[in-house]
Amino acid sequence: MSLLETMQNAKCKMQVESAAQQEARRRSRELAAKRVAGQAYLWLLLVVLYAPILLIFIFSFTQSKVFGNWTGFTFHLYENLFTGYDSTAQVRVDPNLYRAIFYTVLIAIGAACIATLLGTLAAIGLYNMRSRARKGITFLNSIPMINPDILTGISLFLLFVFLGISRGFVTVLIAHVVFCTPYVVLSVMPRLTQMNPNLYEAALDLGATPAQALRKVMLPELRPGMISGFILALTLSIDDFGVTFFTKGSNGLETLSTFIYADARKGGLTPELRPLFSLIFLTILVLLIIMNIRTNKQQKKLQK
Amino acid sequence: MKKLTELASARRTWAWPYVLFLVLFVVLPLLLIFYYAFTTPQGDFTIYNFVKFFHTSEAVNTLVYSMAIAFITTVICLLLGYPAAYIMAMAEFKTPQVMALLFILPMWINFLLRTIATVELFNMFGLPLGEGALLFGMCYDYLPFMIYPIYNTLQKMDRSLIEAAQDLGANKANVFTKVILPLSVPGIYSGIVMVFMPTVSTFAIAELLTHNKITLFGSLIQRSFGEGGIAMWNYGAALSLIMLVIIAATSFFDQERDHDTQKGGLL
Repeated sequence: MSLLETMQNAKCKMQVESAAQQEARRRSRELAAKRVAGQAYLWLLLVVLYAPILLIFIFSFTQSKVFGNWTGFTFHLYENLFTGYDSTAQVRVDPNLYRAIFYTVLIAIGAACIATLLGTLAAIGLYNMRSRARKGITFLNSIPMINPDILTGISLFLLFVFLGISRGFVTVLIAHVVFCTPYVVLSVMPRLTQMNPNLYEAALDLGATPAQALRKVMLPELRPGMISGFILALTLSIDDFGVTFFTKGSNGLETLSTFIYADARKGGLTPELRPLFSLIFLTILVLLIIMNIRTNKQQKKLQK
Repeated sequence: MKKLTELASARRTWAWPYVLFLVLFVVLPLLLIFYYAFTTPQGDFTIYNFVKFFHTSEAVNTLVYSMAIAFITTVICLLLGYPAAYIMAMAEFKTPQVMALLFILPMWINFLLRTIATVELFNMFGLPLGEGALLFGMCYDYLPFMIYPIYNTLQKMDRSLIEAAQDLGANKANVFTKVILPLSVPGIYSGIVMVFMPTVSTFAIAELLTHNKITLFGSLIQRSFGEGGIAMWNYGAALSLIMLVIIAATSFFDQERDHDTQKGGLL
């Protein structure tokens, strides 16, 4: 091969390479543009999604009774929320608000505890059942998840009326257990199927009493599922409006949801709700960030 | 061996309290909807409640209108939500879960309060509170329910299938229509059901968003139990039964599709 030929060859190669490079560069630019467009779309959706929440947050720093009316920056509403006394208007903050907060928390914790106990036992029982019985109960279990609030609420309303049970705290608690427990069953079930079925028997063979085997072997395996079920139950209960509305009766029992609804129907919104929900939102945001940082750290540790 | 089966049968009984609970507080209440729907306030059998519904054109119109609103909301959520889920699932973010979390986070604020804030937003921009506000508010409330299941199925999808299609000469449009879209169908169905069911049955959101200008079927049911007094309960039960049929049909539609594919629901 002559020198000239080699040089020409090399030149050709270079040209080809640079064409390929150009193509690659064009492609990566296209991809980058696409990614930016995609990101922009997501952020746009998020902005719209968060706009009302931002509005609540912003207007928690002004004193006006009317939501959407800016009368200057102040921490007054936060002060009112914590002291329970509106020092400017010289009146107490609606005491029903605090009762609503109290009952929301009480019902959520109560319902989540009962649902976790009932649901975990049910999941263990279901796991050991024959498949036909299991299918039937799984179907029953899915009804409260499929049923919209209004139907769960009305059907329970009719039950309590039919049985002559007066509606109040207990009926709301039962109703919340109804729609929370299915989710606990579904959170615990996968832990059971992942668990080695011989572990429990092995513990018994090694001399553990059934109670000990349950506490020392079964429970630690199921705990993550129970915790996620409990948290899910808690959030479902706190967020519920429809079911509570039909089961609370008219004895003055309110949760935050029904309190807000009654407030809105009256035309005004208790201004202290703005700082209350701003604080709830910030707390959850911080919790999620902490959880995220922790899981990231754990992942990094695992990678090492 | 005998011991093991005995143990299993003993643990089977652990489900009994919940089964009893389900029968008493889920099955019996649903049967009571049937009972009240087909009886008079005195307890005699009748189909008058249904006759009354079908002869009240206002009530029938409300049902049709509610279903139309729920349908439009579902379509808008699908059109807005699918691209979002797709971008999130395909893009290589440093922290994809954070993006998904951001879409769920608003659900932690009481939905009634968020709805009221939406009304405020419309007031600030001088927009009228009517059908537009209703659709916006519904989409706003239920968009996360559409995004999440679709995102889940897309994320669990086997990526090598996309590469295989590309290697076999499919162009981008073909990869999407022939591989990605069919594989995300279970998520789409879950999303549709999760948006359609609550929107067709909602009763508080519409009142707040339109200042009682628009009545949806859910509000109609609620009113027959609230303001109507005992005389209206049987009629309300009949309306609830109609709602129950719609919900059962919708969920059947989901289960048929989901039969042997992985469910992409919220859990």
